[in-house]
Amino acid sequence: MSDPTAPMVLEARGLVKCYGHVTALDGADFEVRAGEIMAVIGDNGAGKSSLIKALSGATIPDSGEIWLDGARVHFTGPSDARRAGIETVYQDLALAPAMSIAENLFLGREQRRSGLAGSLLRLLDRTRMEREAAEHLQRLGIGIRSITQAVETLSGGQRQGIAVARSAAFARHVVILDEPTAALGVKESGMVLDLITRVRDRGLSVILISHNMPHVFQLADRIHIQRLGRRAALVRTNEIGMADAVAVMTGAVEWTATLQPKAV
Amino acid sequence: MIARRLAVAGPLLGLLLACTFFALQSPRFLTGANLSLVLQQVMVVGVLAIGQTLVILTGGIDLACGMIMALGSITMSMLAVKHGWHPAVAIAGGMGVTTIAGMINGLLVTRIKLPPFIVTLGTMNIAFAVTQLVSRAQTFTDLPPLLTWLGQSVRVGNTPIAFGALAMLLLYGLAFVLLRETAAGRHVYAVGNNLEAARLAGINTNRLLLSVYMLSGLCAGVAALLSIARTGVGDPQSGQTENLDTVTAVVLGGTSLFGGRGIVVGSLVGALIVGVFRNGLTLMGVSSVYQILVTGVLVILAVATDQWSRKS
Repeated sequence: MSDPTAPMVLEARGLVKCYGHVTALDGADFEVRAGEIMAVIGDNGAGKSSLIKALSGATIPDSGEIWLDGARVHFTGPSDARRAGIETVYQDLALAPAMSIAENLFLGREQRRSGLAGSLLRLLDRTRMEREAAEHLQRLGIGIRSITQAVETLSGGQRQGIAVARSAAFARHVVILDEPTAALGVKESGMVLDLITRVRDRGLSVILISHNMPHVFQLADRIHIQRLGRRAALVRTNEIGMADAVAVMTGAVEWTATLQPKAV
Repeated sequence: MIARRLAVAGPLLGLLLACTFFALQSPRFLTGANLSLVLQQVMVVGVLAIGQTLVILTGGIDLACGMIMALGSITMSMLAVKHGWHPAVAIAGGMGVTTIAGMINGLLVTRIKLPPFIVTLGTMNIAFAVTQLVSRAQTFTDLPPLLTWLGQSVRVGNTPIAFGALAMLLLYGLAFVLLRETAAGRHVYAVGNNLEAARLAGINTNRLLLSVYMLSGLCAGVAALLSIARTGVGDPQSGQTENLDTVTAVVLGGTSLFGGRGIVVGSLVGALIVGVFRNGLTLMGVSSVYQILVTGVLVILAVATDQWSRKS
């Protein structure tokens, strides 16, 4: 479980984003502390994905501030956020199916050989990438027969595992997971949920966007409830019940302290 | 896994089978002189097919490469013969023109976001028309020796091997290393596998696609020089059979038309299969119409195998 005094890693204040007449973000706040899993829930159109896009650099907010590790940041694209240490796992996985696991892990961040072979001839250091990929997967407890097998030979859960492992390998601060269990069966979901916990245990902050309430309540330390473009509530998972969370999310009730304690 | 191995071994097996068949049919087939002739006959298609492989690996197609090659060979021979430029400068000029033509393809694909099939169908016709207009549909002869130098050969034992064929083999070696051992090469596969994934991984996909089409244009420039060297003339009608033969070679070589899977050396094997069939059937005295027929059947077989192996 997370430490409430842990340093703030990523924070957003008063984010506004409009698309024509539609206000997707209407002064939204956000925070995640070091080593915690922050779930983001909200109805369709609540501004969840706009919030996540702003945090991952995929869109530029019209106004508002984003702070990373105590410093103000201005992301102009996903690669900015990535360079700053924020990795995102997209819902559609973003893996290259016919390429090997190792190649997918290092896609866009390939390592070259040392010396002239790397700098002048720009040759890749396959051995090193394959070794590091295997070590990394092992650390995260992902069992894979061969690091050189094509991603398309893996099951859905294993693929999701590779995608999460890739982000964990390169993230220095935050991993953002967009509906990581949406397409998976019960057993495979369990595997991915375990993996997310291990990523958190390695000291990274995890932002988990999910519609699956049991998964949210199983994993998250705190829950950010997004509604009408704003943060309707920010609660510790053990201070709210599932029914109340859904009620706040849909606007059936306002979040107040009277909803405490957890009504399970 | 079996399907992947088949994609590598299948084309080689096909080539061996074809060679065995023709060796049994004609005693002249397996002679050094004949095999080096086959190599010389496939060098133009072979070099064009390198560019075609790159484009197809990204999930595109280049229907214009043969016509761009004709434009290149006309540019080279006109600059050298009609305008009296130094042959080396004329060659560079021709390659510059084909690379720019490739760049136009690439810009239309990446900036205007048009499908590669349509873009290159258009530029195929444009390149053909420009070639005819510029050359007034005339063939250029009396070329300086440097332009036909690649048609000369070196004797290995009793067998002459054309410099052009050696140049083709060298280019295949380069392309193989580029695609397999460099980040840019792996990005070609990534773009063909999942364009969005490649973009999200921080790869500049537009720049990559543009360079692939430019490289295809450059290959057309080299092929233009080889075509001049082989025939000894600058011919505005060249490149017409080669144009689609490149697609045949790539597909026969086991590269998927859907992009993202394949090996560039396979396209050399594919080009050799077509070359061996043409040569062998000629030796057997079969009319050239049947050779075209056989090529057509081979392509359909190869694409069917590709689809079947992807399903299993």
